[in-house]
Amino acid sequence: MTTATTAITSQRRPTTPSDAGGRRRRVHSRALPYLLLIPALIFELVVHVIPMLTGVAMSFFGLNQFFLRRWLEAPFAGLDNYRIAIDIDGGIGRSLLQSFAVTVAFAVASVTLSWTLGMFAAVLLQRSFRGRAALRTLFLVPYALPVYAAVILWKFVLSREAGMFNHLLAQLGITDGNTFWLLGNNSFVSIVLVSVWRLWPFALLTLMAGMQAIPDEIYEAAAVDGAGIWHQFRSITLPMLQPVNQVLILVLFLWTFNDFNTPYVLFSQSVPSSADLISIHVYQSSFLTWNFGLGSAMSVLLLLFLLVVTVLYLLVTSRRARRA
Amino acid sequence: MARQRISEKIRKNTAWSCAALLVATLALSACSEDEDPNTLVYWASNQGSSIEEDRQILAPILERFEEETGIHVELEVIGWPDLLNRIMAATTSGEGPDVVNIGNTWSASLQATGAFLDFTEERLDAIGGRLKFLETSMRSTGAAGQPPVSVPLYGLAYGLFYNRQMFEEAGVEVPTTWEELVEAAHRLTDPAADRYGLTITGASYTENAHFAFILGQQQGGEFFDEEGNPTFATEENVRAVYQYLDLLNQGLATPSSAEHSVTAEAVTDFTAGRAAMLMGQNNVTANIADNGMSEDAYGVAPLPFPAQLPPGGQRINSHVAGINIAVFRDAHEEAALEFVEFLTSREQQITLNQAFGSLPVTHEAAHEPEFSTGNNAVFVDVLMNTAAPMPMVPNESQFETTVGTAMQELIAQIATGDPVTLEEVRQALQDAEQNMTGVGN
Repeated sequence: MTTATTAITSQRRPTTPSDAGGRRRRVHSRALPYLLLIPALIFELVVHVIPMLTGVAMSFFGLNQFFLRRWLEAPFAGLDNYRIAIDIDGGIGRSLLQSFAVTVAFAVASVTLSWTLGMFAAVLLQRSFRGRAALRTLFLVPYALPVYAAVILWKFVLSREAGMFNHLLAQLGITDGNTFWLLGNNSFVSIVLVSVWRLWPFALLTLMAGMQAIPDEIYEAAAVDGAGIWHQFRSITLPMLQPVNQVLILVLFLWTFNDFNTPYVLFSQSVPSSADLISIHVYQSSFLTWNFGLGSAMSVLLLLFLLVVTVLYLLVTSRRARRA
Repeated sequence: MARQRISEKIRKNTAWSCAALLVATLALSACSEDEDPNTLVYWASNQGSSIEEDRQILAPILERFEEETGIHVELEVIGWPDLLNRIMAATTSGEGPDVVNIGNTWSASLQATGAFLDFTEERLDAIGGRLKFLETSMRSTGAAGQPPVSVPLYGLAYGLFYNRQMFEEAGVEVPTTWEELVEAAHRLTDPAADRYGLTITGASYTENAHFAFILGQQQGGEFFDEEGNPTFATEENVRAVYQYLDLLNQGLATPSSAEHSVTAEAVTDFTAGRAAMLMGQNNVTANIADNGMSEDAYGVAPLPFPAQLPPGGQRINSHVAGINIAVFRDAHEEAALEFVEFLTSREQQITLNQAFGSLPVTHEAAHEPEFSTGNNAVFVDVLMNTAAPMPMVPNESQFETTVGTAMQELIAQIATGDPVTLEEVRQALQDAEQNMTGVGN
């Protein structure tokens, strides 16, 4: 009753300047987060959303060199670009499908190996020991190096003539030292190797951060109950890292699936078919053949595939997490 | 209270003033860039060993131009990997330079964009007339039957570089026919000593496409018909591509040739004595010198023809290689043409081509002693008499990509121990042709 009376009284009371100032402050403080977000939103629009929508629009037009200057006059092609891209009886569709298969294999291999290495190292580095900080820093070096510099370095290492990799294999008696690592089917091995070398430190970093959040007491209790390291890993570490893994694996997959820099720097513009990742395939379909409509259609197909994979992955992993 | 209101007002006014100032500055800068007829923006291709070196070579020349004409040139030197993408972006946005260097094989493709000024007879007269340029170089300036969209600036041509000492030791004469070249390569090859007859840039799709074209001309082949449709897999073209790949089939080229994606890597094989011959353009002389090989340690000869040309075969041993200069439609035309005339004048042709190791593209400069003696004379002769332009069709770049990449895959196949057959070459060219027609350009 008292509360109601106070409310009515306050409603009747004429607004004073100090009330107005307070309301303005409240409005301001409520608006502040949105105002602070505006620059980021504008950049997101300019850098991602508008180019993406432009790309989607371009995929419906016959945009080639004849309309590069008058791109607004490019003829409407409907779904023709998509038809060409998915027609596996045609040369372009067949090579896109092959590139897609190579990319899936590359992404699966890279993510699996990066995650496994990252997890292995994170578990090893979980316990405190002398030199742990130095090892952590050393492991993170590949991730800290600029990608172009790192991949150019690998190009030298993997070259047949003077590459260190061949030299090492020959010294160990594994090969005769004359293997082409940047040609033919071996180029797939090389690109996975370079990708894992670059990515596993990120997996390590993320998993180490995730493990910091697991209380030591749980491990101690498990040890008291007689659980060995493997048992502790399966029953404590893995389940408690589930939310971290969910994001980590998704991010690694999206990065590797879209990887452009590694094949571009490693093979220049002469990418062997066994390392023809889809992002570079799309680039070549657009920029080397000047067919931006077709290249955009391929990009949209890639976008749709990644969207479907992401949504399915999040649905499945979230449902599993809820059940657990 | 009053002070608060005043300070708020000041804040608002300051914000508005800043915004207005920003808009005004942007507008003014845009205006000044567009409206100053005495300033040109020039995108030069990277011709020397570095972008900085190019700047140093071009700076005094541009200063001289400004002294003579009062026109200031803002220079940007762009590396080859970025140049075409930058030109395409400029074409699309309409925000580009006034004058730009282009690879001459891009002429017809860029012509199709409609972004460049046509060099009509009137405009050609303004820069000294069509006849001042080498006829072969002028044929690589746009599609036949249409006004050129660029004019030649620097000339390049293929030749055969050979190591004098290795030839002497093996008792081999400089080959004058393709058969002699193969025979010489056999005699010079000794895998046990890591020595081979020649080296190629097998992972470069552009270089592969150049040889497909040159040898195709010798075999009587054409990669496009008169309507501009691709004819990649004709018997003549299949034979030409096989002729090139067979050098690797027979183990006459350094194994690493398959991995070389830039000519400089092949040059290293040559200067290190791993390969006795190198089929390269005249500008590789700079790389050879950089690697420490003296000029008298090697000789240059024209690329040899088959002893007997097949029916329809032509005496072509190079494509008309080189760099052209083009003017964007939105440019300050008068100033731009003055600049083009200046760069293609006798004096600047000598200075620039000497500095960059390229060949003059005008008759006057080509006959100067600097270019009509020694190794340069061989290349000038090839450029003037036995070179043909790459197909001047809008889809030329697709031809280079599809055919060159197909050849690169076949070269990789050979390098990894599986020689290619004539049938595999035919299939690869058919696939390349299907890729080309499937695009629907």
